[in-house]
Amino acid sequence: MLDLTFATPKPKVIQGAKHDWELVIGMEIHAQVASNAKLFSGASTTFGAEPNTNVSFVDCAMPGMLPVLNEFCVEQAVRTGLGLKAQINLTSAFDRKNYFYPDLPQGYQISQLYHPIVGEGEVIVEMGPGIARLVRIERIHLEQDAGKSIHDIDPNLSFVDYNRTGVALMEIVSRPDIRGPEEAAAYVGKLRQILRYLGTCDGNMQNGNLRADVNVSVCRPGQYEKYQETQDFSHLGTRCEIKNMNSMRFIQQAIEYEARRQIAILEDGGSIVQETRLYDPDKGETRSMRSKEEAHDYRYFPDPDLLPLEIEQAWVDGIAATMPELPDAKKARFMADFGLTDYDASVLTAELDAARYFEAVAQGRDGKLAANWVINELFGRLKKEGQEIADSPVSAAQLGGIVELISAGTISGKIAKDLFEIVWTEGGDPAAIVEARGMKQVTDTGAIEAAVDAIIAENPAQVEKAKQNPKLAGWFVGQVMKATGGKAAPAAVNDLVMKKLGL
Amino acid sequence: MTLNTLTIAEARDALRKREITSVDLTMSCLTAIDAADGLGAFVHKTPEIALEQARAADARLAAPGAPALCGIPLGIKDLFCTKGVPSQAASNILRGFKPEYESTVTTRLFDAGAVMLGKLNMDEFAMGSSNETSCYGNAVNPWRRQGSNVALTPGGSSGGSASAVAADLCLGATGTDTGGSIRQPAAFTGITGIKPTYGRVSRWGIVAFASSLDQAGPMTKSVRDAAIFLQAMSGHDPKDSTSADIAVPDFEAALTGDIRGKVIGIPREYRMDGMPAEIEALWTRGIEMMRDAGAVIRDISLPHTKYALPAYYVIAPAEASSNLARYDGVKYGHRAKLAQGDGITEMYEKTRAEGFGPEVQRRVMIGTYVLSAGFYDAYYNRARKVRALIKRDFETVFAEGVDSILTPATPSAAFGLGEMASADPVEMYLNDVFTVTVNLAGLPGVAVPVGLDGQGLPLGLQLIGRPWDEGNLLNHAYVLERAAGFVAKPEKWW
Repeated sequence: MLDLTFATPKPKVIQGAKHDWELVIGMEIHAQVASNAKLFSGASTTFGAEPNTNVSFVDCAMPGMLPVLNEFCVEQAVRTGLGLKAQINLTSAFDRKNYFYPDLPQGYQISQLYHPIVGEGEVIVEMGPGIARLVRIERIHLEQDAGKSIHDIDPNLSFVDYNRTGVALMEIVSRPDIRGPEEAAAYVGKLRQILRYLGTCDGNMQNGNLRADVNVSVCRPGQYEKYQETQDFSHLGTRCEIKNMNSMRFIQQAIEYEARRQIAILEDGGSIVQETRLYDPDKGETRSMRSKEEAHDYRYFPDPDLLPLEIEQAWVDGIAATMPELPDAKKARFMADFGLTDYDASVLTAELDAARYFEAVAQGRDGKLAANWVINELFGRLKKEGQEIADSPVSAAQLGGIVELISAGTISGKIAKDLFEIVWTEGGDPAAIVEARGMKQVTDTGAIEAAVDAIIAENPAQVEKAKQNPKLAGWFVGQVMKATGGKAAPAAVNDLVMKKLGL
Repeated sequence: MTLNTLTIAEARDALRKREITSVDLTMSCLTAIDAADGLGAFVHKTPEIALEQARAADARLAAPGAPALCGIPLGIKDLFCTKGVPSQAASNILRGFKPEYESTVTTRLFDAGAVMLGKLNMDEFAMGSSNETSCYGNAVNPWRRQGSNVALTPGGSSGGSASAVAADLCLGATGTDTGGSIRQPAAFTGITGIKPTYGRVSRWGIVAFASSLDQAGPMTKSVRDAAIFLQAMSGHDPKDSTSADIAVPDFEAALTGDIRGKVIGIPREYRMDGMPAEIEALWTRGIEMMRDAGAVIRDISLPHTKYALPAYYVIAPAEASSNLARYDGVKYGHRAKLAQGDGITEMYEKTRAEGFGPEVQRRVMIGTYVLSAGFYDAYYNRARKVRALIKRDFETVFAEGVDSILTPATPSAAFGLGEMASADPVEMYLNDVFTVTVNLAGLPGVAVPVGLDGQGLPLGLQLIGRPWDEGNLLNHAYVLERAAGFVAKPEKWW
C-alpha cells in the first residue's frame, strides 16, 4: 500500500482593510480527450488543420444527422476516473445543453448533466515535502467541444471554424477544496500530470487542450471549516466563475485579483453577484461576461438521439488492469527504491518521459548518482539547448554507462563531465570512449606519489604555509590533479598530500 | 389497364415474369403525376432519376434473384434527405437545400432497385395533421364527399404520400410518423400505412422532428405491399444509435391469414365521448370481422390513455425545439437579409421568423417553454412519467396475452381544407388522439381502410402490435383487410 500521509497546508489569507479573509476555490477543468476521432463522429481531431477540414456532416449539424458515441472516448473517461480513484458509473446518459451560437452548429452541446460517467474521486496536490491538499473530485463528464468563431479576418463578417466542433472533452469538476492561487495552479498541474501519465489528455494548455473555469469566493476565517463539517454551502461566500483560462500564471493572477475585488466589495458593505467573469491578462483584471438579463437558460434534457450509456464492470476491470503507475506511486517508489529526496523524486516524476529515462539510467546503478546526473547534467543541458527529453542526444543507456563508470571509480566526476560532453556531441559507448581516449582515473598510488613528491619539492614555500594552515593542502591536491590531467583519483591524491605534508 | 394502378406485389410479380418493364411502369406513374398537379402531392419531380433507376432495374430483373422492390416506382416524403435532390422538409428555412448524402432508408430502397419518382408534400417539419403547414401549399385528398367539390385534406403530416398512393401516382410512398403522421393520412385516403416499432427503421438522414418518437414506414395500397416495403426499409443501422440490432423477419411470409385463437384487445378508453357514430360502427364491424376470423376478442383497459395527448404535445415540441435549433441561417438553407448594424441575434431572429411557418414556430415556442428552468419538472418531466405509464399500460395487456389491439385510426373522416383554419390548434391536435399512444410507447401500429362513411369517404381502423412483432401485426391487418374487402377508389377529378 502506498503511504501517503501528509500535512495539510495553511489556506491563503488576505488581509482586508477591516479583517482577514480566506479563499475558497473550486475548479472545472475541460480536458480534451486524447483520441484520434471526435466524441460523436469519425472526424479527425488533429490540431492545426486548415479551417473546416476536420468536419463531418454530423459535426456541422446537417439535417437528419445523428451522433454515434466513440467508445474509445468512453474508455479514456473511465481510465481517467480510475486514475483519480473515482466511482465509475456503469450507467450514464447524455443530455443536450441548448443555446444559440454560431460556433455551436447543432444549437446544443451534448453533455452529461444528470448522469455523468464518473462520480466522486480525489487528487492529492503537493504543496511541499510532506505537505499536500486533498482535493475532492465531484464528477467527470464527457461533452462536445464547440467550434471557433473568428472575428478578425474581415471588418464586416465573422467566420466559423468547425474543426474543434464535437471534439471530446472531459469536464473534471472539483469540490471547493482549493484554498489559494498557488494551490489552484498546483491542482491544475497535478491533474495535468495524472492525465498525461494516463494518456487520456495531452495537456497542452497553449493549444487549449486543457482549460480551467475557476470558481472563487471569499469567507471569514473559520467559515470554511464549518462548511467542511456540514457540507452546507451557506457557510461560504457567493462565488464568481472565471471562465476559460489556459495558463497557470493567469489562473493565479485571476484568482488573486478576483478575491481582492470581492473583499473590497464586501468590506464596503456590498454583496457579491453570482456571475461569470473573464480574466483580461493585459489589464490584470476580471470583468463580468454577461448581465443577468442575458443569463442563459440551457434547457437541459436527455438527448433522445442517444440511448443511456451502459458499460460492464468487467470492461472497467479490464481497463483497471492496464492502468499505468501513477505519479504518487512512482514518486514514492523512487524515494524508497533509489533513496531519492522528496524534491528529486518530484522533479523526476513530473513528466513520464523523464521518469522513464531516469529509471533506465538508475536501474541496477547508484540511484542518487543517477538522479544527480539526470537532473543536473542532462536536464540542464536540455534546457540550455531547448530540447525535450525525447530528443536527447544522450540516451538513457549512455548516461547509465557514464554513471556506472563513476560508481566503479573508473573515471572521476570531473572527467565524467567531459565524457558527457563527448557523448552529447559525438555519441558512442562511454566505456569505449574512456578506454580509447585514456580517460581512466589513475589509481596507481606509485604514479600519484611521484606527482605529489614532485609538487612538494617544487614549492617549499607553499609547504611551509600549509603546515601552518592545513586548509592550504587543497592547493597541492589541485596541482597534482592538474599534473595528472585530472585523471588521478581525487581521494587518493588527498590522502597522499596530507601524509606527505605531515598533516 | 394502366400500370400505375398496380400494387407493389402485382408489379413485382409481373416484373419478375418480364411481363412488364420498370421503364413502362415508371413512365405510367410519371404520366399520372404530370396529370395530377392539382393534388399537390409531388413537390419535386425527379423523372430523370426515375428513368435511369428504372433502366437499371430492368437490367437487374433480366437475371433471377432481383429484390422485391426492384423496379418499383415510389414517392419519397420530403423529410428524407436524398442526395443531390431538394430535401427541405416542406420548410422555407431549408429552401434550396440539397443534401450531399442519402438517408439510410432511401439508400436501402435504391439498393433494392426501387425507383424514385420525386419528393412528396408534407406538413412543415412533419408538424401538422392536414398538410396545410407545408411551405409548398397543401396537398389535396383525391377523395371527395359525394356530390361535393370541397377539397379535403389528405391528412398529415405525410399528406403528399397518402394523396399520391391513393391517386395511383406511385405504387407506394415513404412516410414518417411521430404522432400519427402515417396512420392518419392513410386512414383519410383509404390506404394502408404502418409505423413500425421504434428502432426498426433507421432515422439517419431523415430530418428530425421529435427524435424519440419519429419512425419511418411505408404507405401502400395493400397490407401485403406494406409488408414487402417495410421489409426493405428495416434493419439495424450503426449510424443511428437508437436503431435496434434485431433480425428482420420475413413480413410477407407472416401473412397467413390465420389468426385463430389470437387475442385482440379492445381498449375501453378509446371509446371517446362525442365519437361519431360512424366511427363507432366501423370499430364494431372491425371487431366482428376479427371475431369471425377466429380471434378471441377481449375488453382491455389502457388507463393512462387520456393523458397521452397532453404528454405528447409536451415531449414532441420539447424535442423539436432543440432539433430545430440548427436551422439558424449560419450553415445552410435560408438566411434573412440583414439590415445595417444587425448582429448575430438579429440574424437568428429574422432568419427563423422568415423561415419557419406559424405551426413550427408555435411548437418551437411550446418546446422552449416546457424545457425552461422552473417549468421542466411540471411539464417535461411529468410528461416523461406519463409516457412511462402509457408504455406500462401496453406492457401489462401484452403480458396478459393480448396479441394486438384494435382501435379507430382517426376520430373522423377527412375534413375540408381550411375548415380548421380558425380553430384552436388543440382541435387539430385531437386528430392524433388514437395514434400518439403508439408513438409514446414505441409500438408498431398499422392503419387499414375498412369502410366508407355516409358521404363516401374512407375510414380506417388501427391495429397496435407488440414491439418487434410487425409480422403478426401485419397478419392481423391482412385479415382485417380481406374481411373488409375495401376496394373503393376515389373518382378521378384531378
